[in-house]
Amino acid sequence: MPIDIRVPIGVMLGLMGALLAGYGLLGDQAIYARSLNLNINLIWGSVLVVTGAILLVLGTRKRR
Amino acid sequence: MLVYLAFVLGIGLTLRRYTKTSTDFFQAGRALPAWVCGLAFLSANLGAQEIIGMAASGAKYGIATSHFYWVGAVPAMVFLAIFMMPFYYGSRARSVPEYLRLRFDEKTRAFNAVSFALMTVFSSGISMYAMAKLLQLLHVLDAPFRALGLDAGYIFHTCIAVSALVVLAYIFLGGLSSAIYNEVLQFFLIVAGFLPLVYLGLRDVGGWSGLQRDLPATLTHAWRGFGHASTNAMGVEVFGLSMGLGFVLSFGYWCTDFLVVQRAMAADSMAAARRTPLIAAFPKMFFPFLVVLPGLIAIAAQSPAGGQAGLAGRAGEINGVSAIVQSAAAMPERGLIPYKVAESTGQIVRDSDGQPVRDYDLAIPVLLLRYFPTGMLGLGLTALLASFMSGMAGNVTAFNTVWTYDIYQAYIRPTASDAHYLWVGRMATIFGIAASVATAYVAAQFNNIMDVLQLVFAFVNAPLLATFLLGMFSKRTTGHGAFAGLLSGTTAAALHHGLTVPVGAAGGVKGGWLAIVHTYPSEMAQNFWTAICAFAVCFAITVAVSAVTAPRDEGELVGLVHSLTEKPHDEQMAWYVRPATLGVIVLVAITLLNVVFF
Repeated sequence: MPIDIRVPIGVMLGLMGALLAGYGLLGDQAIYARSLNLNINLIWGSVLVVTGAILLVLGTRKRR
Repeated sequence: MLVYLAFVLGIGLTLRRYTKTSTDFFQAGRALPAWVCGLAFLSANLGAQEIIGMAASGAKYGIATSHFYWVGAVPAMVFLAIFMMPFYYGSRARSVPEYLRLRFDEKTRAFNAVSFALMTVFSSGISMYAMAKLLQLLHVLDAPFRALGLDAGYIFHTCIAVSALVVLAYIFLGGLSSAIYNEVLQFFLIVAGFLPLVYLGLRDVGGWSGLQRDLPATLTHAWRGFGHASTNAMGVEVFGLSMGLGFVLSFGYWCTDFLVVQRAMAADSMAAARRTPLIAAFPKMFFPFLVVLPGLIAIAAQSPAGGQAGLAGRAGEINGVSAIVQSAAAMPERGLIPYKVAESTGQIVRDSDGQPVRDYDLAIPVLLLRYFPTGMLGLGLTALLASFMSGMAGNVTAFNTVWTYDIYQAYIRPTASDAHYLWVGRMATIFGIAASVATAYVAAQFNNIMDVLQLVFAFVNAPLLATFLLGMFSKRTTGHGAFAGLLSGTTAAALHHGLTVPVGAAGGVKGGWLAIVHTYPSEMAQNFWTAICAFAVCFAITVAVSAVTAPRDEGELVGLVHSLTEKPHDEQMAWYVRPATLGVIVLVAITLLNVVFF
């Protein structure tokens, strides 16, 4: 196994999640009328960051 | 989107260093863990036909579309894992056509290799076409193109060029491992992009109970009305459904299509190879919620204030000008899916009864535009892109392997160095993608991508299942029998298609190009019966011809035929990794799902 695929996936989801959450936190709040008044960027961005972190931990932990 | 592209190419580059032999390139060195193969197994099939086609069918035929999963794919995956994988992984075969040569003879293999190679190029071309068309239609790229001073007409060509180059780059560099790793990455991305969409959509229509309240019962019950072909939207009765889809089409696809089987063959051990389809079966069970449900939501959801103006305004908001819905008349009163508008005339397309036809393939795109704000919309579109690419890559890796091992090495240059075959594989990747691009430019005529693909599978794959079943489970079957069966099965499929039409269609590409002797209530029904017909003919002819030709020596068939092969011993494994136990769990779970959505 040259690389553990969980590491790149974790990093990618984490980055995307951070981008989304950041935009959700700082961006214009008026756009959320569309998504039933839920700040979906912030919510889902945070979920992705957490998922990414879990994958990253799983991917790096076992390898020594 | 850029983050995604960077990672995709990064994986290709990293893996280049580890791709030194043809085994690395075509079989991923047979060194991947089961869960990686399992997710790739799933993702390779998760191309355009899956995401767009399944949502389209969901809108057209209702929750019954989940039969593709609960009656079709999942049981077939269990069968592959438990009964067929030992022969694929255990024999010396490196591809499905090569298994056919070991079991039967050269001509059976050549027939399969050539038809398969054509089919992969065709599918990957359709995938590319669909993606480019969609991105053009959504107008999300208009603004960046204008900023670059380019005409919007270039969007189609640019999308094709970019997707072709990206897929080319990562397969060219890292071969199958690169494709598989990227498929796993794409799998996560697809789920990440569509899960919130389903959540928001369901919330908007009042949950599952809201859907049941707003839609006719035939659309929200998977089995209601299947007693007779005229009482359900698909136009199929129980026998046609379970034989055609559940048995012939699904088993034919999942058990014999090298595109998916190749993923399992890349696993690091026999046990892992057998676990691959089972690991894939668990998420597969829940995919209807991700891909079929959006179709239902799209017909049930109310347009935002102002009806079509809401959608039109939405597209305008992103890029300033036109919208996917060209005119107010194209928007139906209920649901979000617009009517199909003929490109040449600008008129709404109507069927033979004068009813306007909805453009079902737009189910997912309109939902993305309806519910996702800037930000999530980017993720949603990236997920869509990822699905197209994984589908395309799956076809391309299967193509380059079959071309190199089963056509080039078998008939053109049998004794070249390993480095030479590696080089040929890379060239085949370039050629395969170039041919897909050519296919992409041949415009599609059907209004539902799924139907086209099912049609092709019915011609080529349906008879194949009979050949494999007879080959793996009867030592009496001969090479001549198999070949005659395959030819007559494919011919039977073509004849059946040529003699029947779905209701409301004129003779031509949809069938009846010879004469019209029977009319089916839907394209889906016609396809299922074409498959049943091909399977039955192939089975009968194979048995008949085998009976009058000489069987092969039993000693040559060890490891290739069930009765002459040692059974894999699973007893020493923990219960939760034993294929049989996992298989039973999967089957119980899908039975429950069928009951819940009865």
